[in-house]
Amino acid sequence: MTRLELPVSAEKISELKTGDVVKISGVMVTARDAAHKFLIEHFIERSPAPEEKDLYDKLSSVLKDGMIYHCGPVVAEENGKYRFVAAGPTTSSREEPYESHVIEKFGVRGIIGKGGMGDQTLEACKKFKSVYLHAVGGAASLLANSVVDVIDVYMKEEFGVPEAFWVIRVKDFDAVVTMDSHGNSLHKTIAKASSEIFNDLIRKISKG
Amino acid sequence: MKTYPEFCEWVVEFIRRTSVDLPVDVENAIDVAKGAEDPGSPADNVLNVIKENIRISREQSTPLCQDTGTNVFYVYHPAGPSTREMSEDIVEACKEATKRSYLRPNAVDSLTNKNSGNGVGRAQPWIHFEEWNRDDVWIRLMLKGGGCENCGTQYALPDRRLKAGRDLRGIEIVVLDAINNAQGLGCGPGFIGFCVGGDRASSLSEAKKQHFKKLDEANEVPELRALEERLYEKANTLSIGPMGFGGKTTVLGVKGSYLHRLPACFFVSVSYMCWACRRRDMWIKNGEMRID
Repeated sequence: MTRLELPVSAEKISELKTGDVVKISGVMVTARDAAHKFLIEHFIERSPAPEEKDLYDKLSSVLKDGMIYHCGPVVAEENGKYRFVAAGPTTSSREEPYESHVIEKFGVRGIIGKGGMGDQTLEACKKFKSVYLHAVGGAASLLANSVVDVIDVYMKEEFGVPEAFWVIRVKDFDAVVTMDSHGNSLHKTIAKASSEIFNDLIRKISKG
Repeated sequence: MKTYPEFCEWVVEFIRRTSVDLPVDVENAIDVAKGAEDPGSPADNVLNVIKENIRISREQSTPLCQDTGTNVFYVYHPAGPSTREMSEDIVEACKEATKRSYLRPNAVDSLTNKNSGNGVGRAQPWIHFEEWNRDDVWIRLMLKGGGCENCGTQYALPDRRLKAGRDLRGIEIVVLDAINNAQGLGCGPGFIGFCVGGDRASSLSEAKKQHFKKLDEANEVPELRALEERLYEKANTLSIGPMGFGGKTTVLGVKGSYLHRLPACFFVSVSYMCWACRRRDMWIKNGEMRID
């Protein structure tokens, strides 16, 4: 088991290999569908507008050598303070068109989600020294207990609770490296093997 | 509602139980899967986390999964109670359950991308009413998240690419194709519901309804029962495993149904349900409520 403290260096990320079990501590930010589309359209395809500069700076500082968590949490508000109630990962593949650009632009060192991502992200992980980390899908109560503090939230009104940028402090957040910075993807390996078995199965079924 | 004054509060509790605690048969199936994996393997680790999450969710009364899904209600009722009032109370109960964090605000306006914020919207919750010839009320609730919903699919046979014809073999091939395509994206090990026939809409609806069936509920149709067994066995040779990390259990159960079809159509619909198969039953009899 490897412990990762955020922010994390490119060197430390390069040491990780697929299959490594990690515990992550530090500050990260949640971002999913609306958030990724926003990052691309407002900060990557063009420069931030003057009124967006503050948000851009805040996000840049948490993203640099930091991690993005693909998560749409259940959040309780008690006495003006937010608390994560349920916060497992959401399916990452939907962010495939965006993620490589986000990694490049902001210097993100890790993407946490579920289900893995495609070749474009794998290539970006290799080129810009980042990794994809898999958390257990559906393990929402357990993972929410690793969120020790909700520091801030951006775009909550615009995107709604599940899709906002939640800046959170985590302690001993469990994940497994499934795509490393050397071009390896556990997801590709498993899919290739299962497809061979599948082709064999349908040949046998067709023959009766 | 007038017939059952406490109905709304009953449904809030029904939603809470469904969101925070799994049915016994589902939990047992996860235990069996855990027993099959090699200790210390990635699959074993995933199942340990899942088991721990089930325990914690029940203890803390917090949602098993943050995606509390589409809230699918099937209501079987005697002649008499107003389905309009029942429907209004169910919607109110969903709003209240969202306030209490049993549900996530899960209704996004598809045209403006604005989250309604209160958990309800067009077709959320999804309520189906059916009058029956009994004096009690039976309500079934399923919470089905978006990750596994995205893995659902529909085939029109014959399928040239898969060489799947309009027969049991063709059906078997396309259901296996759907499972292989899902990989770990639907939070496996999952439950497969399929339907042969119907039109596009009725077929998908019937496939999803299969997730209400208890795992030990034997299919009354011999051909389907045999097909379910074959699919279960073959799907578990794919070695996709829990979360797609590889392993012995890819699916925890397979349930199927059929509908009559038009001569021109031959749909096979597949619905994928994640390991967190949240379904429960609520009964109202002699003015009292019971949740199973």
